This record gives sequence, structure tokens and C-alpha cells, in this order.
Amino acid sequence: MASAKYLLGLLALCAGTAHAGENLNSRNWAASCSACHGTNGHAVTGMAALAGVDKAYLVNTMLEFKSGKRPATLMHQIAKGYSDEQIGQIAEFFAKQKK
Amino acid sequence: MERREFIKLVSAGAALAALPGCATTSGGRTIGRVVVVGGGYAGAAAAKYVRMWGPDIEVVLVERNAEFISCPLSNRVLAGVMSIQDLTRGYDQLGSKHGVKVVQDEVLAVDADKRTLKLAQGDTLSYDRLIVAPGINFMYEAIPGLNSAEAQQKVLHAWKAGPETVALRKQLEAMPDGGVYALTIPKAPYRCPPGPYERACQVAFYFKQHKPKSKVLILDANEDIVSKKGLFTKAWKDLYPGIVEYRNNSELVDVDAKTLTAKLQFDDVKADVLNVVPPQKAGKIAESAGLITANNRWCGVDFLSFESLAHKNIHVLGDSILAAPAMPKSGHMSNQHAKVCAAAVVALMHGEQVNADPMIANTCYSFVSDKEAVHVSSIHKYDTEKKTMVTVQGSGGLSSASSDIEGQYAEAWAHNIWADMLG
Ligand code: HEC
Repeated sequence: MASAKYLLGLLALCAGTAHAGENLNSRNWAASCSACHGTNGHAVTGMAALAGVDKAYLVNTMLEFKSGKRPATLMHQIAKGYSDEQIGQIAEFFAKQKK
Repeated sequence: MERREFIKLVSAGAALAALPGCATTSGGRTIGRVVVVGGGYAGAAAAKYVRMWGPDIEVVLVERNAEFISCPLSNRVLAGVMSIQDLTRGYDQLGSKHGVKVVQDEVLAVDADKRTLKLAQGDTLSYDRLIVAPGINFMYEAIPGLNSAEAQQKVLHAWKAGPETVALRKQLEAMPDGGVYALTIPKAPYRCPPGPYERACQVAFYFKQHKPKSKVLILDANEDIVSKKGLFTKAWKDLYPGIVEYRNNSELVDVDAKTLTAKLQFDDVKADVLNVVPPQKAGKIAESAGLITANNRWCGVDFLSFESLAHKNIHVLGDSILAAPAMPKSGHMSNQHAKVCAAAVVALMHGEQVNADPMIANTCYSFVSDKEAVHVSSIHKYDTEKKTMVTVQGSGGLSSASSDIEGQYAEAWAHNIWADMLG
């Protein structure tokens, strides 16, 4: 591995390129959905794709799962595991992905 | 990857790292190398996600098998509703789409001080960070009569999907109608808590169609059904009356492989097909690398990064870890470990803070017939005070009943999680 000093230099060089402006928490939390809904929301079959879906729709649907208003086999149990704030950030992440 | 190319890569690694710049493609300039050992649900996902989130990091995945075979859904091979090919996937897209260098080899030893791995085919591979995801190893020493290759050929575990799954299906096919299939379950924790009970359903489904006078006898070392109790007992009663018999507190102490006899503490049970799921511990390489920290069986980790409690720069994922309470050893869990770890590894390689607030979602589907499935789900968050993962209050739960629609979701789950780790 490069020496620490070298690495610092490299970091300075790379600053802004690695994950510029990306909210890492929302990226990481959204990855907890992607085992079922596909990497970055690109489902391959049989589950709803979330990539590029309108943020308001995603938030609203999740809140309806959470309150029990929307019938589900399991999403009501999953939605209850996330705060409204987390749901907002996850929805924003998926909404920003290309379809 | 070609072998020759790999050797070049091993020796060129240091030179590559010394080049300036921030190239983001494979074969380009990198800030260091992450090696992943084991290409299962945890390791393959970790390799892909480190590359995806850290495109300036070189990732080498060392896996001894040529192809991935899924354990989840493999009980359906026993029912005859799926083939082992249906559960098999290649590793090629990890390379072509994500720039992971996949090496088919076996790791013999880890030198944590020098940060090198010794491979069976002779190469030495250096790493900046190591991710170890070797799955489980069976503790045959606990079952003396099963502690030989010969006995293990007659009494199968089929708890790692592959040739044993196919061989167990053949034993069931060869069994005469009216025979007894006995399945022994070790004390928890073991890989896939609902798996044995699902297996009982799948074998019973086969018997009901083709050998209706036969029996499925479950010999469970645990005090009670470990997972989805109500859903499984309902399936046995409604779908397979007179076929499935469940016995709790029936720990296997030995086996007579010649007579297919399961020896319990106060009882001997003779079977026509004897299927022993042995007690388990962390995978072999985790043990030899000194990563086991609990009960001589499991590897303790820091749940913010999945870094080993025994060695810096080494992370452990999947079934090998000492899980936090209510975290099952499952394929879905392994996928989630991989993502928390990948985010942490990318941050650490860049000299950044590790994410302090990881979330993990788990779901285990089980088929109770050819089409109907049930699930258990749970959501886990990091508790800063307890320094471990805890389930989020009020979240998670079980299916209200088994259904065809959940059977379809279970299949969709498999295709999506395979694509999430390999595609
Ligand atoms: C275990 C698999 C699984 C996981 C993990 C999962 N989902 Fe779902 N999701 C489903 C299923 C199945 C449905 C269909 C509804 C039902 O029966 O529960 C669904 C439906 C949805 C829908 C409704 C889609 C539509 O337009 O009808 C949204 C939105 C959604 N999920 C978002 C999420 C988010 C966000 C996460 C992560 C926090 C997540 N899901 C995690 C399986 C999953």
C-alpha cells in the first residue's frame, strides 16, 4: 500500500471525485432495500423497480405501508424499521437513480 | 481472469499503487487492494460493492469453486421442483461489469502481519484490507461415527448446496415407499434457522406425491422449533398429515453410518435415509487465520465495519461471525453484512470516517410446498451504547399465512439478490 503521506496527497488529488456530493447515509440505507429491489433500485424481475421513481410517491407509499393503510405481505414490517427521516433520504436516493 | 495475467497483477500491484492520479477503471491506477476470500452471498456482494463505491480500489475475489450455487431455495431440489442448475450462476459479470478480479483458488494461510495470503496453487497475494467470508465448517468431531469420508458419503448433510444436494435427492428417489427419512438438527446457532423445517416440508411434498406411505422424522436438538414455528406446524398438519413427525430435545450424539442409525441420548433411531445437519463453526480459513473469538466457534466483529475483533485490517462476513441477538445466519443477512462492510472499507481506504448509523434488513423465505412460501423479516440498527446491532422495535414479523403470492416473491427475491451480488 502507498505510504500514508503519499495517500494524503492522493486524497487531495482525488478530492471531489470519489463521491462528490453524494449522501453516503442515504446510499448505504438504500442498499438495505436492494437485495430485493435490485442494485440501486434496478430490480431484475418480480419486484418493483425503485430507480428513478418519484420521491413523493416512494415516501407516500412507505408511509402507507408503515401505517398499515396499504396492504402488503411484508413491506409493512420493513417500513416500520425506518424513521420517516430515513425513508425520506432513501426515497431521494432512489428517485435520483437513472431508470 | 487468466492465470498468467493474475501473476502479473500480483507482482505489479505495488507498482500500480505507486502511480499518481485517480483513475477509476479496473487495471488503472488504484489506491490499494482489497482481497475478498469466498464468493458466496457475503463475499461476492462485498467484492461488487467495494468496486461500485470505491472505483479507485482494486478488488480481488478468491473463490475455490468455478460457479456460485445458492443454498437458499436448494431444498426445492429435494422436492424435485428445481434443479441444481437453476441455482447456479457464474462469476463472470463481477469481472466484466465491475472490474473485480476473480481468481479460482483456495487460500491456505493468512499472514496478518505481512498482509499476504498463501494460495493453494502456489501464489502469494498481498492485500491492504482483507475480507474473509468463508461460510461454515462442520464439527464432525462432535459425531464420532460420522468423522470419516466413508461415513460422510452415506450420511449426507446437504447443508452446502451442490453435489450433496443432488446426492440426497438421489437417496430419496431410491428409498422404497414406506421408508423413513430422518433429519437431525443441531442446537442453534446454525446456518439458516428455518432451513431444516423447510427441508422437512420439501421432502414431505415429494413423499406425498410419490411415496405416500413414507415418513419424515425431524430430530431436533433444540427445545422447540427455532424459526416460524406456527407456520411450519400448520403446514405439517394441513399439508402433510401423517407424514411429518417432529421430536424436540433430540440431540444427536453419534451415528452408525452402516445401519443408518441416529444415536440420541436415550434412544436409537434407524432410518432409510439419514440426513445429518452437523453442528457448525466459522469457516476453516477464519479459524486458521485466528479470527475465531467466541466459544471456539464464531468470529467477533465490530458491527460498524465488520472488522475482526482479533485482527486489524481483516473483516469477517456472513455465517462465520458471532451474530448479534436475533440476527440469523442467512443469505440475506450476509448480503447486508457485505454492504455495511463495503461502505466501511471504502471509507477506511480513503482515510474517512466509517458510517456511524448502519441499517440492516433481513428476510428469510421458506417454501412449505411446491408453490407456497412464508417469510420472517427483521430490521436491525446500530446501538451506540450497546455497541451492537439491535432489532428496531415494532418492525419485522412473520407471514400471516402461507401463500402462492409469497412463493412468487420468494423466487423474485432469489433472482434479485443473485443479481445484486453477481450481476
Ligand atoms: C425482502 C424483500 C424486500 C425488501 C428488503 C424490501 N422490499 Fe419493498 N417490496 C417487497 C415486496 C414483496 C413488495 C410488494 C408489497 C408486499 O407484498 O409487501 C414491495 C413493495 C415495495 C414498494 C411499492 C412499490 C409499488 O409501486 O407498488 C415500495 C415503494 C418499496 N417496496 C420500497 C422499499 C424500500 C424503500 C425498501 C428498503 C427500506 C424495501 N422496499 C425493502 C419486498 C422487499
